[in-house]
Amino acid sequence: MPAADIAWLTPSPRLLTMRRLEAGVVAIVVAAALFAALAGTSLLAAAIAGAAALAAGAAAEVFVTRRVRAWGYAEREDDLFVRRGVLYARLSVIPYGRMQFIDVTAGPVERAFGLATVRMHTAAAASDARIPGLAAEEAARVRDRLAELGEAQAAGL
Amino acid sequence: MSDGGGGWRRLHPLSPVVRAGRGTIALFVVLAPALLGGRSFTDSYVQFAVVGVVFLLGFVSWLVTRWRIDGDDLRIETGLLKRQSLRYPLAQVQAIDIVRPGLARIVKVAELRLRMGGATGGTARLAYLNEREAEPLRDRLLALAHGGGDALDVTPDAGPGGTPAGDETVLASVPTGRLAASILVSDVGLAAEAVLTALIVTAFLAPAAAGGILGGGVAEVIAVGTLVWRRFNQEYRLTVAAADDGLRLHSGLVALNHETIRPGRVQAVRLVEPLLWRRLGWCRLEVDLAGHQKRKGEGEATRGQLRALLPVGRRADARALLEHVLPNAPRADRRPPRRVRAKSPLRYRFLAWGMSEQAVVTVSGRLRRVTVWVPLEKVQSFRLVEGPVQRRLRLASIHVDVAGRALHGSLRDRDRGEADRALGALVDRARAARRAQR
Repeated sequence: MPAADIAWLTPSPRLLTMRRLEAGVVAIVVAAALFAALAGTSLLAAAIAGAAALAAGAAAEVFVTRRVRAWGYAEREDDLFVRRGVLYARLSVIPYGRMQFIDVTAGPVERAFGLATVRMHTAAAASDARIPGLAAEEAARVRDRLAELGEAQAAGL
Repeated sequence: MSDGGGGWRRLHPLSPVVRAGRGTIALFVVLAPALLGGRSFTDSYVQFAVVGVVFLLGFVSWLVTRWRIDGDDLRIETGLLKRQSLRYPLAQVQAIDIVRPGLARIVKVAELRLRMGGATGGTARLAYLNEREAEPLRDRLLALAHGGGDALDVTPDAGPGGTPAGDETVLASVPTGRLAASILVSDVGLAAEAVLTALIVTAFLAPAAAGGILGGGVAEVIAVGTLVWRRFNQEYRLTVAAADDGLRLHSGLVALNHETIRPGRVQAVRLVEPLLWRRLGWCRLEVDLAGHQKRKGEGEATRGQLRALLPVGRRADARALLEHVLPNAPRADRRPPRRVRAKSPLRYRFLAWGMSEQAVVTVSGRLRRVTVWVPLEKVQSFRLVEGPVQRRLRLASIHVDVAGRALHGSLRDRDRGEADRALGALVDRARAARRAQR
């Protein structure tokens, strides 16, 4: 698929903030816990363990950033394209007519950021297509548009 | 809801007995001492109470279950405390099976099983009906499933005709000897032989130890034996025939299965050539149908959604059958680039793909060669995946997703540029195929 002529849409920039914050909070909590647990025996060991946890967190930040940037979707005439993944780069092509139902979900953290995940289901178990981190109104728009297109092009099994 | 239509019907009164199946046999074993005397009835009143309750429950469940054909739907009502009213739209029927477990054959009843489509589609079971009733009803349901217009033509034919065996043309059948041989050299068969050989060897070397092993490993022996038996029982004398309403499959030694696969319901076709079978020039052809099938009860016809059309046969036979299921199937003649040998040394020998306007074919597998054909109008989605090793080698794989979870086609390890072009072509052709369908 020539990738050049596709107009990719990306998740909301708030998704990046959210994911980085998640990774950062986890790293800090782990570092603090390690430090507290080891501080009684040896202050040096505690400091090293804490620093290692923070370094791992910093690496995770980089990885998370690349992963979030890899997400993209494109609404084409007859099918939806979703790309994702850094290490394993994937591109899914889902014809609108094949979508059986579309979910919009938002967890507590996502809701705090005003984000939602749109998930497309086909009859195939293997085609797992989702777009995370859409702004709530964009998620609703995508869902309605996909449902509408799906209805117009619905194909039997 | 009212009985005003008069269409409500009950199942065969012996249904609970047959459904209890092996349980019934076990009951007789339990009761045998009491029945044969020796002990007075008062000693075994507990057993009798249990039997009484079981029969009562079975009878009640039969009493509260009824079914009718209501326009385009099959409706089943069941349950005493938790009343269920099930509605199965006939338009979504993928296939209708007639299943006859051993016990059912003795009392001359049969189960009608309607496999429904869709991700949530279940199976409507009418267990059990009178044997004579089952086939006309199957034909009538199939006719209704084809749509109103057809129903008018077909129903009068099938109704009085009873057994429609006359209008079938047999396409393929499996000789019993070959089936037995094929099971002997299959994975399950080899496992069974290994267990058996090990037992015999230990029996000669250390008879005492063999007794212990036999005692300890009874469950495993029975499990393996059951697998082998099930294979043999299901595929015994499997015959594929072409009829007006689709492909008919007949099989079974103790439990008889009759299935009808409606045209255009085949989601994918798979040809499997295991390592040992290839030497003998044998292969196995299976079709993937939409709809779920739970493994439950005696005489279950399949594992998952795959149906063996040809449990074992020559390549030419398989080709001929394939032509029936998927006319003008493409040949897999596009080989992967040589550098794939480094990444997938075992798979490299087999990897290939091909496509026509109607279908795509992919070949893969490490020891056994697996060829999958997918009609393009049935494709649910495509996925292009590029892993870390593949990126270094400038390779990518395309997965062709089919309804359900039984099968999917994969164009593994293609050149990156070729994969891009192939994905574009596949997406375009799939779109055209879907349009042509509609």
